[in-house]
Amino acid sequence: MAVYPNDHIQKAAAFFTKEIDRLSKRPVRLMEVCGTHTVAIFKAGIRNLLPEQVELVSGPGCPVCVTPSSYLDTAIAYSRQKGVIITTFGDMLRVPGAKSTLSEQRAAGADIRIVYSPLECIDIAKNNPMKKVVFLAVGFETTAPVAAATIIAAENASVKNFFVLSAHKRVPPALKMLLANGDVNVDGFLLPGHVCAITGESPYHFLAEQYHIPAVVTGFSAIDILQAIYTLVKQIETGEALVGNQYKQVVKPEGNPHASRILDQVYGKADAVWRGLGKIANSGLELRSNYTSFDITNDMPIDVPNQPEHSACRCGEVLRGKITPRECLLFGKTCTPEQPVGACMVSVEGTCAAWHRYGTWRWQG
Amino acid sequence: MCLAVPAQIISRDEMLALVDMDGIQRSVSVMLLPDVKQGDFVLVHAGFAMQLIDEKEAEFTMGLLKELAEHGSLPE
Amino acid sequence: MKDERIQMGHGSGGKLSHDLIADIMLPAFKNPILAEMHDGAKLQIQAAKLAFTTDSFIVKPVFFPGGDIGKLSVCGTVNDLAMTGAVPLYLSVAFILEEGFPVQDLKTIVQSIQTAAAEAGVFIVTGDTKVAERGAVDGIYINTAGIGKIMDDVDITPARVHAGQDIILSGHIGDHAVSVMAERHGITLPQAITSDCAPLNGLVKEMLLAVPQISILRDPTRGGVATILNEIASQAKVGILLKETAIPIRPEVAAVCDMLGFDPLYLANEGKILAFVDSAYSEQLVGVMHQHQYGRDARIIGSVTANNRGSVGLRTTIGGVRLLDMLASDQLPRIC
Repeated sequence: MAVYPNDHIQKAAAFFTKEIDRLSKRPVRLMEVCGTHTVAIFKAGIRNLLPEQVELVSGPGCPVCVTPSSYLDTAIAYSRQKGVIITTFGDMLRVPGAKSTLSEQRAAGADIRIVYSPLECIDIAKNNPMKKVVFLAVGFETTAPVAAATIIAAENASVKNFFVLSAHKRVPPALKMLLANGDVNVDGFLLPGHVCAITGESPYHFLAEQYHIPAVVTGFSAIDILQAIYTLVKQIETGEALVGNQYKQVVKPEGNPHASRILDQVYGKADAVWRGLGKIANSGLELRSNYTSFDITNDMPIDVPNQPEHSACRCGEVLRGKITPRECLLFGKTCTPEQPVGACMVSVEGTCAAWHRYGTWRWQG
Repeated sequence: MCLAVPAQIISRDEMLALVDMDGIQRSVSVMLLPDVKQGDFVLVHAGFAMQLIDEKEAEFTMGLLKELAEHGSLPE
Repeated sequence: MKDERIQMGHGSGGKLSHDLIADIMLPAFKNPILAEMHDGAKLQIQAAKLAFTTDSFIVKPVFFPGGDIGKLSVCGTVNDLAMTGAVPLYLSVAFILEEGFPVQDLKTIVQSIQTAAAEAGVFIVTGDTKVAERGAVDGIYINTAGIGKIMDDVDITPARVHAGQDIILSGHIGDHAVSVMAERHGITLPQAITSDCAPLNGLVKEMLLAVPQISILRDPTRGGVATILNEIASQAKVGILLKETAIPIRPEVAAVCDMLGFDPLYLANEGKILAFVDSAYSEQLVGVMHQHQYGRDARIIGSVTANNRGSVGLRTTIGGVRLLDMLASDQLPRIC
């Protein structure tokens, strides 16, 4: 693929930042829904370039952040069972359960393996026929089809010792829930480009139609993100609200119908618990009855004591844009990036973690 | 939430394709994108080709950037 | 001799141990000091100032594109000595072997130790071999220690780092880490991408002879460029601002990082140098480095600032500044 020349990037960035500053006459708060956007924004130093009146807040789109601690407790309980190999994306390793992390369990002797692709789990299962290989299936509409396809591949290969511990989630119900009670303080959304690559943009039309909030399906380069912010700021100033697509090379109106079908073949919608946000109707995915033999909780039921999440954690309000992390009593005291309590402190790029690490840090030129 | 990278299909069989990303190669599954052909650009996530990349749209974006860089304004 | 393997007896101190040393180590490392075969090496060094360092090596896979654990174990210690401004002289090498480790692999590793030592101009003057039960170690671990003589008129210390200095990097970052991990993640690298593992003392000597004013030298190994610069920023109580567009990264290394979600600024290098010098000397220093095979791609990547003490910032391609924190723990492939 063609690479953008640096001087073009620099000139385009200068244009967009200047225009964003010129257009935004009042404070606006934009939410990047996707954790990968949060990382990209941080890595490009975008917050640092934006005028003070344009604030970016991170939404509930970091699958690691929103996975409830009860899920981690269950994963940890399986990792302690004899004959179980846990396979996981690297992101999950340091996420805290109620009392421990997978990383700590691995140090204590649990067989926990990091995979880049869930397909690797099938080989691990074939090479360890006497063991049960349990994949920690987390992620949104982008990642869930990958897990679904892996389950079908395992079925086709007659691999009987591959299982999933599933906690897949769907983005639109979470946004609906954030907006439903009317107090979410967000003026525009950067929509997750890679989720929309599968679903298309139509699941987000309600943002404009029902709530009159503009939204843009956004790619992941610095320029993609600046251009999306520019588009949003422009709409906010004119009072328009459209759901646009600025990532057309990847996001088609219909998404990826084949991937959607595979997802639908294996998974059906179900209620799900989000860390910091609680239970959200239809926001999760569960294995359909034909595939429950791949569900480790079915094959090997296990009793995990229910440990409530920290009651003082205010991540839900941080995610709604209602408070800043500093207003939470746990922030920086009980809850730190090394010992996170809440969702937003878990991932390196979560809102609280970013505040803790960088504060209102700006380079003093 | 979803790290994905562009790659070009070098060759493929029924289930797997060999892809090139800036000179590195990896085998990826085409289960989610069964109609891809050699030479296509695709988006790869967690070892799977997820979606075709529309080269015309990519070029259009490139052109926009060039336009911006050269004239300091967006075409209306 | 085919498929000969390390047995517990090879570490016993008895006949097998003796044979292992006599057959494999001595012929490879051959030098008069080692040949005395005493409990310790007797060294004669004319120097006012010595540098002394030690490092242990655990690497998986043991053989990787561009090197192996043997080469790494020499380069690591030689480079640590060189970064203090010393000319490395003598090394010790200690092996911890797993019972069952193929003797042929040990021979290959010993040979690459000698090849690297010869290139660096150092002698292996003492050593040790222990064997641990199968499963107690993973194949082979190596410890090396080294002594060097610090060059005259050279004073390498963070105390001499100050605002206005330039930061020079000797070449592309991340090659070593990517070469070692690619196979683990099913990635095929082109043959041109190999570990940068190399003894840097020759390059350092040229640099210091030409510009003895260099105030600090570091090799950005574990934790990468970002972590090492954080150490310097906090030790020297200065700010550091890097320019993203100036940092050399091969496209293939960048592609691996994009795919796995890694940041190349935190990847380990085994043949790179960071040098801090007054800007008046930086062009000259870069010129000297370009003459050397391990410094061909040297360039200025940033500068020392009086503001933002203790912090390392990166001026990004689009002109923002991103704070580069210390690496908290190993980078793992991620999906977000």
